[in-house]
Amino acid sequence: MVMLLLLSAPLAGALFLGFTGNRRWAPEVNVIVSAATFVAAIWLTGFTLTMGPVLFLGQQFFVDSFNVFLVALTAFVGFTTALFSRAYMRVEVQHARIGGGRLRLYHGLYQLFIFTMLLALTTNNLGILWVALEGAMLATVLLVSLYRTPGGIEAAWKYFILCGVGITLALFGTVLLYFAASKLLGSEGTNALLWTRLEQVRGQLDARVLSLAFVFLLVGYGTKVGLVPLHHWLPDAHAEGPAPVSAVLSGLLLNVALYAVVRCKILVAGAMHSGLAGNLMMGFGMLTMTLAAFLLWRQKDIKRLFAYSSVEHMGIATFAFGMGGPVANFAALLHMTVHSLTKSSLFFTAGQAAQWAGTQVMEKIRGLLKLNPSVGWALMLGTLAILGMPPFGVFTSEFLIVITAMRDHPWATPFLLLTFVVAFGAIFFRVQAIVFGETPQPQLPRGSRLVTVFAQLALVLMLGLYIPPHLAQWYRDAAQLIG
Amino acid sequence: MASLPLELINTCAALLLLLSFAMLSQRRVLTQVDLYAAQGLVLSVSIFITAWSTHQLHLYFSCGLTLLLKVLVLPLILRRLIHRLDANWETETLLNMPSVLLIGLLLVMFAFVLAQPISELATTLTHGTLGIALAVVMLAFLMMITRRKAVSQVVGFLAMENGLLFAAASTTYGMPMAVELGVGLDVLVGMIILGIFLFHIREQFESLDLSHLESLKED
Repeated sequence: MVMLLLLSAPLAGALFLGFTGNRRWAPEVNVIVSAATFVAAIWLTGFTLTMGPVLFLGQQFFVDSFNVFLVALTAFVGFTTALFSRAYMRVEVQHARIGGGRLRLYHGLYQLFIFTMLLALTTNNLGILWVALEGAMLATVLLVSLYRTPGGIEAAWKYFILCGVGITLALFGTVLLYFAASKLLGSEGTNALLWTRLEQVRGQLDARVLSLAFVFLLVGYGTKVGLVPLHHWLPDAHAEGPAPVSAVLSGLLLNVALYAVVRCKILVAGAMHSGLAGNLMMGFGMLTMTLAAFLLWRQKDIKRLFAYSSVEHMGIATFAFGMGGPVANFAALLHMTVHSLTKSSLFFTAGQAAQWAGTQVMEKIRGLLKLNPSVGWALMLGTLAILGMPPFGVFTSEFLIVITAMRDHPWATPFLLLTFVVAFGAIFFRVQAIVFGETPQPQLPRGSRLVTVFAQLALVLMLGLYIPPHLAQWYRDAAQLIG
Repeated sequence: MASLPLELINTCAALLLLLSFAMLSQRRVLTQVDLYAAQGLVLSVSIFITAWSTHQLHLYFSCGLTLLLKVLVLPLILRRLIHRLDANWETETLLNMPSVLLIGLLLVMFAFVLAQPISELATTLTHGTLGIALAVVMLAFLMMITRRKAVSQVVGFLAMENGLLFAAASTTYGMPMAVELGVGLDVLVGMIILGIFLFHIREQFESLDLSHLESLKED
């Protein structure tokens, strides 16, 4: 029941807004639908609190400690982004960057995207997980090119072709997985792709088939996570689309793609009795974070800067999942949570600043603090949080990852520390100039539209100081499951 | 499985590979679309044979879906797109044709080596069909890499999915119904979106040459 509500709210919203999304009240409807989804997610979370892991609708959907908090996080960020986009998109329409028809497209596809994210998280069927992730790409590709600028079209084309090829490889991996599983579970019906069934028999799956399958799955879903060298679509897509789209791409899509990789890793690691899956993830993660940190220095566009920062953080999380063990997995799950909250809030403030300045080029955005103190401070605090300054939550997760690396893989420690230092140097001074620099423009009227930004940053701060016991328990259970 | 259906499926696999090479070496876009449709036809025939010899009902459905989508609907959309965009010129490749075909040959060998340990395990398929499926995927990939025109890339993208479907049909008697429907829907929607894109690209750049799409770089 609650599962049906969770999935049908955004789907119905997508259909409704697909027809009426250009009306005057459409942004409010968008917020209401997102709020309803969020309420359903909270309900589902409460349900899981009392019942433990649950299967729904004839085993086709399930919630366990690994995906329950991701569902809540996805619905929450979806809701705050809808709130932000209400004001943001109105201004874009006033500036005549988009017309009514495209606003309709935007609202319809936004809800469709949230639907595919929730479907990918809650489905128990690895085939449907693939379908949902492909659907997420199809929903966002037209959002990236929403402004129909040459850059936007180029970014969307790159996004489509690169992620399309990637996700096709992931389908091949899924076919191989099904092939291995159908020997044990039979190919009748749909049981052989149900994750809960696969997890029970993972020790008996054929290791050779699964190792090949994992390579395809990691490369395929890894393209979506933005792992180097498959990351080329990511900065373009984040920079060219509207700010709310950048926020959900970074805050939700990357997380869900990483979730898919980790779900597959659980099966493969169980079947292989060797560290191949973990080592592959560690290698990709390490390469991703170091390269992304150095690429940060070359960025001139504020949204590209934060997009590369997302690549870096996804690399860190992938590396931590690759290391495995209770502490590293706990840290990686926490990292996914705080990165999603912080990065989406950063895209809100950066998008707001770029909208006022009329450009995304960092050298031309100056004096944010003078223009509007609340936006200036929000950008500064968000930047400090994402750079892993204490006492924010990102510090906690990165600290845990570093000490695990010191203990288990000492060779990786210098790379991790180098990444943090290089990223700090690249991001901090640029944002400092944007926030504290001088500007000839007069002060803008104060608005209250950034309430959600401070709410999200407060959550990140809270997670740095105190993790609620239920959440910590979920993290611990999921960390154990991931192994 | 009896030996006659096995022989037939092997023949289909060989035909698929041959069509992939034909697509790779073909310069005219419209002919590429015809070859794609032919590939879809061979694919649905092979699924039909599997369905007939194993008496699996959902495979008949999958066969019908393939026939409808890959032989009728998608080629029709592609042809109309090409006519409306007036895009039926010859596409030049980045490398000359003999070297492309040579690389293709190496890829096929690589695919067979990769699939070898798995084919040995399989009870449902003759050795080689999985290798061929993987080879079809890789050849389509090569086609996407070596072509500069947007339409050719789209055909390559679709051909890749054909290889996957063949892998699924020959190794595991097809994926579960819900998954197969979802995949079909995704491909159809993807095709429509790509079609919309082609118009946007031409509107913006007044050409479908992808060398215009290389301005977003770090500098």
